Amino acid sequence: MRIDKDLVAASATPLVLGILESGELHGYAIIKRVSELSGGDMQWTDGMLYPLLHRLERVGYLRSDWGISEAGRRRKQYSITEAGREALAERHGQWTVVAEALRQVWHTAQRPPAAEAGWA
Amino acid sequence: MEAHSGLEAQIGQWRGYVARRRAISPADLDELEDHLREQIADRRAGGLDDEEAFLVAIKRMGNLDAVSREFAREHSERLWKQLVLLPDSAPDTGSTPWRELAVVLSLAVCAGLALKAGFTWLGEDDVLVRNLGLLVLPFVGAYFAWKRRITARTVIALLAPFALLALVINVYPFAPGGSTLILAALHAPVILWLLAGVAYVGGRWRSDGRRMDFVRFTGEFAIYFTLLGLGGAVLIGLTFAVLQLVGLDLEPVLEDWILPFAVPGALVVAAWLVEAKQDVIENIAPVLTRVFTPLTIAMLLAMLVVLTTAGGLVDVDRDLLILMDAILVLVLCLLLYSLSARDPLSPPGFFDALQLVLVGAALAVDAVMLAAMLARIAEFGFSANKVAALGLNLLLLVHLARAAWLSAGFLRGRREFSALERWQTRYLPVYGAWAAVVVLVFPPVFAFA
Repeated sequence: MRIDKDLVAASATPLVLGILESGELHGYAIIKRVSELSGGDMQWTDGMLYPLLHRLERVGYLRSDWGISEAGRRRKQYSITEAGREALAERHGQWTVVAEALRQVWHTAQRPPAAEAGWA
Repeated sequence: MEAHSGLEAQIGQWRGYVARRRAISPADLDELEDHLREQIADRRAGGLDDEEAFLVAIKRMGNLDAVSREFAREHSERLWKQLVLLPDSAPDTGSTPWRELAVVLSLAVCAGLALKAGFTWLGEDDVLVRNLGLLVLPFVGAYFAWKRRITARTVIALLAPFALLALVINVYPFAPGGSTLILAALHAPVILWLLAGVAYVGGRWRSDGRRMDFVRFTGEFAIYFTLLGLGGAVLIGLTFAVLQLVGLDLEPVLEDWILPFAVPGALVVAAWLVEAKQDVIENIAPVLTRVFTPLTIAMLLAMLVVLTTAGGLVDVDRDLLILMDAILVLVLCLLLYSLSARDPLSPPGFFDALQLVLVGAALAVDAVMLAAMLARIAEFGFSANKVAALGLNLLLLVHLARAAWLSAGFLRGRREFSALERWQTRYLPVYGAWAAVVVLVFPPVFAFA
């Protein structure tokens, strides 16, 4: 299933923050984790992740450190800051509201979303 | 990951391609490259071969234009703030920009003080002339020694020749205004500059790559110093004019205070500027060489026509030799800076051919002049000046002839570009050795005249 571009953009920040909440990671590991979590359905354009990470770092949600990879290359690791955790909690609340509303819509519509997608 | 030369070359090319985008800094590029390599490694583990893994990884990285636009949006400052004076990405490099600025400025002031002290205590004449380089250039070296955190051993290796040079220049009983004195004063800065180069490369002077970096640095440095000089001249000129309106004469202050501090200060600051913006914008020197290579070819061909049709040179003396040396040095600089900026992996192109024409024309002009001169030189005997000029001419001739030979081989696909590059960097110390000979050996041989 292809996920709409706007939806990917909207969910990128909470996904990155949520993934980093459980520990420090570098860019490639974040992409891999997103792919695993969505069962391979969410494919980000790899190059686009880094400007996002840099933006989150600039607004203070993330912190980065240069480390060394197993292969001995320079590698930038990202970790979440306190402000990042707060932002994540706020996003979490928002997404819960959205998801709950959507759930009720799907429920009352009584129509599986797959049929809709088939016509698109 | 084991070494795969084809894959490495592809990654290198990709890197070069991405590096041209100003919005993507070298640190970001490192980050992207690490990503690319991991993606490739994963794909290879999944059974793809190098080529396929690379293609998939590139595809996954996304459209480079879109990605670079995204970087530009996030890092808009990179597109206009080309000169990073105080980068705020300090944690990346671990250095503190304010501290560096303080070090640079104090070194600049110290260089000025040293020169001012020289003016005050060494008098205005010969003693000062031969010590000019010794007073100023060590501060450029000191900046790099600090910046590169060179080891104590390198410091000693730098100080010993410096001390020897200072000793020789001041102890030799030069005849006042003699030509060996002038020659020593002219050649000492060459040695000092190469010593500063050893500091620049952090003591790793055997590395060809680092030597090439120093060549790049020298080119950029010359440009920055010239720009600073022009800017300073405008400022001084305006101040001069305004002060004259109120009847104040700036000239004594200018000679006694402004110039002795401004010129050495500008040297140190220029060195720092090249360092500071090193990875921020495309280098200027290679762009200038592209413009001036065709123009220089036109100049040399015109000279060649004039020389061969005029029927013999009217005045053949050391001035002509010095002129010829200057032309060859110019050609050599053009050659070096364009080589230093060239992507070693790209195939021979039009500009490489143009460069060969340039070197060929320079060699032809030099050959015509030398042939005309040799007889005269023998006739009038050897003076220190003539030997110095002729020696330099021969050194340059060997350098350029071999470079022409190698670049012809490269154009015909018989040689690697790296052979040409290596020849340039390997030959550089020869100039230092020659300068040392002129400073140390010439005076006793020519009786300090």
